[in-house]
Amino acid sequence: MRVRITVNDHLEDHDVEPRQLLVYFLRETVGLTGTNVGCDTSSCGACTVLVDGESVKSCTVLAAQADGSAITTIEGLAGTNGTLHHVQEAFREHHGLQCGYCTPGMVMAAVSLIAENPRLDEASVREGLEGNLCRCTGYHNIVQAVLAASAAASR
Amino acid sequence: MIPASFDYIRAGSAAEALALLTEHGEDAKILAGGHSLLPLMKLRLASPSVLIDVARIRELSYIRDGGDHVAVGALTRHCDVQHSALLQADVPLLAHVAGLVGDPQVRHRGTIGGSIVHGDPASDLPGAVLALGATLVISGPGGTREVPAQDFFHGFLETAVGPDELLTEIRLPKMGGAGWSFKKFNLRAQDWAIVGVAAVGAQAGGGIALVNMAATPVRASAVEQAVAAGASASDAASSASAGLDPPTDLNASAAFRRHLASVLVRRALQEVEARARL
Repeated sequence: MRVRITVNDHLEDHDVEPRQLLVYFLRETVGLTGTNVGCDTSSCGACTVLVDGESVKSCTVLAAQADGSAITTIEGLAGTNGTLHHVQEAFREHHGLQCGYCTPGMVMAAVSLIAENPRLDEASVREGLEGNLCRCTGYHNIVQAVLAASAAASR
Repeated sequence: MIPASFDYIRAGSAAEALALLTEHGEDAKILAGGHSLLPLMKLRLASPSVLIDVARIRELSYIRDGGDHVAVGALTRHCDVQHSALLQADVPLLAHVAGLVGDPQVRHRGTIGGSIVHGDPASDLPGAVLALGATLVISGPGGTREVPAQDFFHGFLETAVGPDELLTEIRLPKMGGAGWSFKKFNLRAQDWAIVGVAAVGAQAGGGIALVNMAATPVRASAVEQAVAAGASASDAASSASAGLDPPTDLNASAAFRRHLASVLVRRALQEVEARARL
């Protein structure tokens, strides 16, 4: 079937199998491999992307369901001149990563969380990231990074 | 994990979805948010040959004041139920429980109707609608019928919704300031409840429902009767698993589930009392 999906402001128009999952559409059809597949069971959040501005787990969405939507992946956050998005900048500043595998999903989940919640405290960040697992258990710095990004966004 | 092949059809209206169900019969499944169905399909525990995507039927996504009840369209997403000012004021148990489903990403996609029709005894929302005494509105080729939550859950992942029918609306009686509580025990934040309890005070009907204590969500009738007869929270909670044969699985034995049920029911009853507004 034909799907037309805007990915990072670029229209992608492809023939796909109805059973193709959004994450494989992004990684294999479009060629954007920044979005990782972790658990593949909608538990870990590594595959989190934004669909029309809201965080979703792309391993549990069909490309067909996203037809006509606008997707933002980790590749679409930085400015065209390479300037990091303020959430990416905060993750760098606060070293919100260890091995880095969960990072794209964590960053995308954080972007959505900050957009929906103008005032975040530590408890609401931890709860808001309940759908994202860091198997290095590096949560402390991730939470610090999201709090810093949230403060930067509200300034 | 990749699902088995299927044909994908997008329905533009409830009437069109019903016509497609009639056309494709039992080989077809309704796809709403997909957060119960797609995981089953990826594990090849379900392999429908046709998926009818109803997620864009806007006429089934709403939260309306119906006077003595709040009407919620079946395709309303968990995040919209969670943040609805109307539900927070008049059916606070439902708004609270919607905010406990999965995680923010899941709540952006999953729908209240999808969760209820899936009928997983370990899910939170079926237990909540049972405690609240909700009415489920089902549309089919012969028209619309209303089923009380008490008669809706037939067996493990089986509900009153027939293969050619569609759940369209959930009607929730306003709670009128009654106390309420939802307690669940799980090992990790986003896990299904090992045992859960939804409870509302007498002004809202006094329903108490248990999650993951049977093949369907169930009313704890013995507890409801004890509370109505004036028993204390502890005394009433001691009959939490009366008449039930809870499952044993890798998370908990039946005996541990019985223990959890009595502890959680006691805590829930105490919270119902503490939350009641005069």
